[in-house]
Amino acid sequence: MQKVGIVGYGCYVPIYRIKPEEIARVWGEDGERIKKSLNIEQKAVPDLDEDSATMAVEAAKNALVMAQIDSQNIDAIYVGSESHPYAVKPTASIVAEAIKATADLTAADLEFACKAGTAAIQISMGLVLADMAQYALAIGSDTAQGKPSDALEYSAGAGAAAFIIGKNNLVAEIEATYSFTTDTPDFWRRQHAEFPSHGGRFTGEPAYFKHILSATGGLFEKYGYRADDFDYFVFHQPNGKFPLEAAAKLGLEPKKVLPSLVTPKIGNTYSAASLIGLCAVLDKAKAGEKILLTSFGSGAGSDSFAITVTDKIEQARQRVKKNFEFYNKREVFIDYATYAKLKRKIKTL
Amino acid sequence: MTNIAITWRRIPERYCIIGSICKTCSTKYFPLRKFCPKCRRKGKMERYQFSPRGTIYSYTKVYAPPAGFELEAPYILAIVKLDEGPMLSAQIVNTQNVEIGDRVEMVFRVIKRDEPEGLIHYGYKFEKITD
Repeated sequence: MQKVGIVGYGCYVPIYRIKPEEIARVWGEDGERIKKSLNIEQKAVPDLDEDSATMAVEAAKNALVMAQIDSQNIDAIYVGSESHPYAVKPTASIVAEAIKATADLTAADLEFACKAGTAAIQISMGLVLADMAQYALAIGSDTAQGKPSDALEYSAGAGAAAFIIGKNNLVAEIEATYSFTTDTPDFWRRQHAEFPSHGGRFTGEPAYFKHILSATGGLFEKYGYRADDFDYFVFHQPNGKFPLEAAAKLGLEPKKVLPSLVTPKIGNTYSAASLIGLCAVLDKAKAGEKILLTSFGSGAGSDSFAITVTDKIEQARQRVKKNFEFYNKREVFIDYATYAKLKRKIKTL
Repeated sequence: MTNIAITWRRIPERYCIIGSICKTCSTKYFPLRKFCPKCRRKGKMERYQFSPRGTIYSYTKVYAPPAGFELEAPYILAIVKLDEGPMLSAQIVNTQNVEIGDRVEMVFRVIKRDEPEGLIHYGYKFEKITD
């Protein structure tokens, strides 16, 4: 079988941050307790003029800097998000225009809660392997929503990650992928509703853990991998705790998961969460190392990937100044009032 | 409501900083021009992709913004001299402090939303290059 994988990757995180203690102060909750129970120190907040399209463009530009390909050779763009700026009018065509990939390409928006970005990678792999696309761009981008005072408000962050999928000059080969999907109503947002609803504790065992573990186990079984084969594990991270609990259930050492854990610093970036985690790992990984990525999208499903880093990665990542650490270090803390304004939670505005 | 056709026509300029170059005299123009005022009928205009980087030539802080920009005030509006020479005006994001001569780089942002149900207009803004 022909090789397929990542030719370039990039991420984006807005500059603003808010701490759970500040959110808890407004709602009369115990900030320290929430911070510990979610393992979240702070979360990223988009500026007024940022949305899933602008963040997707910034991430895609970073991926292009790494890949050093002509954007005209991108034949497909898929943007996964649950906060597409328009209900009808694609984010993907905005991205395509902004990176000068138009007009000889196909493009579409995807939605599967927090796993639409990995679904974009799978579709891109299929097109590239079928020779229907030379390069395909897969993006996960979200300005995550959480209802004021809801538990989600402490974690819902903002960010994007972009992956250029191709066959040549791979920085990481995607060896295999496997998905596990059921109808599990753990988290949803109805048409025209501003904020998502969720099943509270129901989002844990029957949703997140069942799907993450089943997809990961399914990949192992189908392709003959063992947990020991992998140097890093990247799981969807709705908070800073779930990925470590998933690791414990799989009998993994926390050190194999910690390098991917970005949610404690930037919050749950929904469709981008596991993908920014993958970017953070790819920023560190050495040639030959293996990465297991498993996303989770409520509703519910998980996509699992076995990824091997190639010797091209060292040189490739030197080209990108704006990597995860760049965005992680860049932080401006805001109070709840400013946050409410930036997120347009003040309804008279 | 904003004119849809004008917004659409300006996408190459606003999304990508694409301007014009006169192949006769090599003068670069931003925004797009169809006609070179130096070479007149001898001019041959082509599209030109400008560098996303430039320098702050001048700036002001806007406290009394026009309609549609109220929530963003105060914000910095600068004249940015692109590395190739032409100047454009743009908002500077992620800071409230700039100096003339600061190096800046283009970022892709929402310029304006036609509330509540109209178009979202995207385009260039700039941020300081930090290294």
